[in-house]
Amino acid sequence: MSLTSTGAANPFGALSANGTESVQRFSRSPKPDPGDLGGELLEVSMGPHHPSTHGVFRMDVVLDGETVVKLKPVFGYLHRNHEKIAENTSYLGSMPYTDRLDYLCSMTNNWAYALSVEKLAGLQVPERAQYIRVITAELTRLLNHTCLIGFLLQDMGALGTPMMYAFREREKILDLFESLSGARMMCNYMRFGGCRCELPKHWLEQARQVVEDFPHFLDEFEALLTGNEILLARSQGVGVLPKDLAINASITGPMLRAAGVGYDIRKVDNYGIYERFEFRVPIGAHGDVFDRYMVRVLEMRESLGILRKALTDIPEGPIMDPKSKLRGFKPKAGEAYGRIEGPKGELGFYLISDGSANPFRYRVRPPSLINLTVLEDMCLGHNVADVVIILGSVDIVLGEVDR
Amino acid sequence: MLGTGLIQGLMETAKNFVGSYHDEARLVTVQYPEEKIPAKENSRNFPFLVYDGEDPQAGLRCVACQICEKECPPKCIYIVKSKDKKPDYTGKAQLYPATFDIDVSVCMSCQICVEVCPFDAIKMDQVFELSTSDRFATLLLKKTTLAKPNAYFHQIHPTDAAEIDGRLAEEKRKAEEKAKAAAAAKAAAAAAATTGTDPKAPPVGGAAKSPTN
Amino acid sequence: METLDQIFVLAKHWLVARVPEPLAWLATILLSIGPLITVFASCFAITTIVERKALGRIQNRFGPNRVGPFGLLQPLADGLKMLIKEDLVPAQADKVVHLLAPFALVVPAWLTFSVLPFGRNMTVIDLDAGLLFFFAVGASSELAVFMAGWSSRNKYALMGAMRGIAQMISYEVPLVLSTVAVVMSVGSLSLPSIVEAQSAYVFGMPTWHVFTPWGLSGFILFLIAGAAEANRAPFDLPEAESEIIAGYLTEYSGFKYALFFMGEYLGLFAITGMGITLFLGGWTAPVSFLATTPSWFWFFAKFGAIIALFIWVRGTVPRLRMDQLMKFAWKFLVPLTLVNLVVAAFWHFSGTWQFPGAIFARWLLGAGFIGGAYVTLGRALHTNQFPPRVYAYAE
Repeated sequence: MSLTSTGAANPFGALSANGTESVQRFSRSPKPDPGDLGGELLEVSMGPHHPSTHGVFRMDVVLDGETVVKLKPVFGYLHRNHEKIAENTSYLGSMPYTDRLDYLCSMTNNWAYALSVEKLAGLQVPERAQYIRVITAELTRLLNHTCLIGFLLQDMGALGTPMMYAFREREKILDLFESLSGARMMCNYMRFGGCRCELPKHWLEQARQVVEDFPHFLDEFEALLTGNEILLARSQGVGVLPKDLAINASITGPMLRAAGVGYDIRKVDNYGIYERFEFRVPIGAHGDVFDRYMVRVLEMRESLGILRKALTDIPEGPIMDPKSKLRGFKPKAGEAYGRIEGPKGELGFYLISDGSANPFRYRVRPPSLINLTVLEDMCLGHNVADVVIILGSVDIVLGEVDR
Repeated sequence: MLGTGLIQGLMETAKNFVGSYHDEARLVTVQYPEEKIPAKENSRNFPFLVYDGEDPQAGLRCVACQICEKECPPKCIYIVKSKDKKPDYTGKAQLYPATFDIDVSVCMSCQICVEVCPFDAIKMDQVFELSTSDRFATLLLKKTTLAKPNAYFHQIHPTDAAEIDGRLAEEKRKAEEKAKAAAAAKAAAAAAATTGTDPKAPPVGGAAKSPTN
Repeated sequence: METLDQIFVLAKHWLVARVPEPLAWLATILLSIGPLITVFASCFAITTIVERKALGRIQNRFGPNRVGPFGLLQPLADGLKMLIKEDLVPAQADKVVHLLAPFALVVPAWLTFSVLPFGRNMTVIDLDAGLLFFFAVGASSELAVFMAGWSSRNKYALMGAMRGIAQMISYEVPLVLSTVAVVMSVGSLSLPSIVEAQSAYVFGMPTWHVFTPWGLSGFILFLIAGAAEANRAPFDLPEAESEIIAGYLTEYSGFKYALFFMGEYLGLFAITGMGITLFLGGWTAPVSFLATTPSWFWFFAKFGAIIALFIWVRGTVPRLRMDQLMKFAWKFLVPLTLVNLVVAAFWHFSGTWQFPGAIFARWLLGAGFIGGAYVTLGRALHTNQFPPRVYAYAE
């Protein structure tokens, strides 16, 4: 199907849900352009089985030549009824399902859910379990960011070389997770009031080894990528997300920080024991794809500092709150919202308990989905090739977007 | 200058190309059917039922309490409780599962059944090569295929198995002591002349079990 | 040694002499075409396996290693798979054009090989205007790309074809301009005579064009433009799989896809062969004491080295964007090739300088001129637009 371009007012300018201003900025000039050859607009459905939509995401793109004049994200192809299932399962039973939200970062998903249930039930997490949580969450951050950069470069057309390097390193972290929790990706490790099982023998040494080796890998990775002229040309000035739009659209995570807002829930909420660690929050100035890439690289370097300290300071002790029980877990009636700084942004779980074994209401605040809402504003006026890398730089996982 | 970044990148890939011939860290592929990484002790895949003694069916620790069936998030366990009681491996009369099926195509390997089981009867296996050409029958594991000896459990999860065996032995010893004490008390009461020992003993069962697996 | 060098030529003459006189012309043609197709088709097969293995190693993997010893029979397996795969044609496609497009790509690709000198006396047709023929025939692959994209009735295919045509036409300009320097210097369009012009040795070192300032830069420019012409990374936009699925190949499957695939590799081989002929001395040996070794060996040794370079680049770099690609061609490559022409002229006329150290002065001036243009144009291309960034930390 093709739509006739009138060359007069942009017929799609008013359709954007938010950020109308930015649509205006990118849209074609309202006056008849002498260079307008009266061509037709081309409507292309990118996805749900397009190679680089990171799963089953679909974009209805209207193109003028190769320039995007309208983009409509369509999702829901991976909808699994996560929230409704959780309302019909015990509190414990939802924990493995949270692994499958953002299937790259099960540890942080576990933590966010455990945190909100702990708030609901008033459980205290022992010291050692707090340290284990910080260690696993920061390892997850490393894992997610390396993968993301690999995928981003794949979208940019780098034939998988950065992605294979990223996966090589990710493997080491997944091995750690496997020996800790039994599963590589679907860890299901945290429990309300602590962690499921004690660290295996020599786990801390192995983790220290991984953390020691990681900066070397990051240096190599940056040597391959950061100075690369093609990457610079492709990513700088592409997909700019203005600061005010980012705040208005409640963008969180590295995307928000790349837009220049120093907002990190680890600093704001000080959940867990993050106030004990010194780390800096890198922020970008331009809010384009390159800033989002660099902010993630710098964040990984900060995470390494947290990991080093946590792996040295971790105390001995119990890993579960003795008040917590597995069977017949019924928190008192009330509501709670627990949120953490996931690798992709603010991951929150909102729970209402009516005193029964199942939550009355269970709601996830998925960072992927909310960060995706500004996709059209970032893409308008850019090429098809840019749309792909802008989507890549948003860092979505469809398991979390569609739930 | 234009091109320096590209040349740096080319050097990096060259380093990896050369490195893949002599550096193990740069050639991490495990050629799967020929080579296999030994499973980590904690790694888990699908559940199996532990039995003690020689007979796989009589020795099942499972007493068909159906807690795992209830707690299983994707509801992949199906249990029919027996009508009668049969002696278990210790000789005590117990209920047993007349049917115990796990649909491994539904199971999501979350290990919650293992955690909630008060009898240490269900544990996680490490077998993962379960692919079949049949979608239905062979992916529904029956009681007979699920039952595996305690020795196998020791082999795949040695730390856990040792800890559980120790605890079970302790419980058994205490139960026996209690029984002995009760018997002694009874005997003493029957004798009706001397004072018996205090039959108070620590609680029995898995309710106080720690949440570690 | 002399026999070994000319072994293929002698074999052909021997075979033609065995054929009855009225059919000798046919035998000559077949004995030229047959080996050409066999050799470069096997080059294609070998390149696919070598490329996949080398990329694997670059990416810390093994690459294909299951079919045959070390996976060396992988191309056979691929070919067999392509042959027995269902040939799908979209219902709405222009079926005739859809069918003809792969042939329209492969046939000109073969034709380009007919003028390349693979060894001493080993040119299929020694045309006086061989260089012109090469580019004229090579340019017709654009038609095939357009046919494939248009006939498929697929939006991605159409976009791929648009990209492909725009790219090929743009890069034709620097490609041809970089060869003009050679033609200026040699004074001939015949490829064997261009090789002859580079076959002398000075102090045991060859007088290849690449050992002059204009030749070195011309060679690099030729390779860049040639990579774009052959749709190689980082200029593989027409079939950018992360953006437009497979570009104009989206609706092709089975053997037609294989033909397209082969056509692209043949295009790459042709460009590589031309680059060797023009700048790397063709079939001449790199040092004088090896001059008696078989000439065809040196051609294929250089050929392999350049292909390896292409594979290496492919494993490293991301892809450019369409507008950047165009900008790169018109604002960077074309001006540089023009500067290169000037330097070639300077080099040619300064050949009469007699004072001591003249060679150093010539090198310094020539290289300085090109280097200055390179730095200036490179800066204008990118750096001024986006200055280096410094990242701040919150609080």
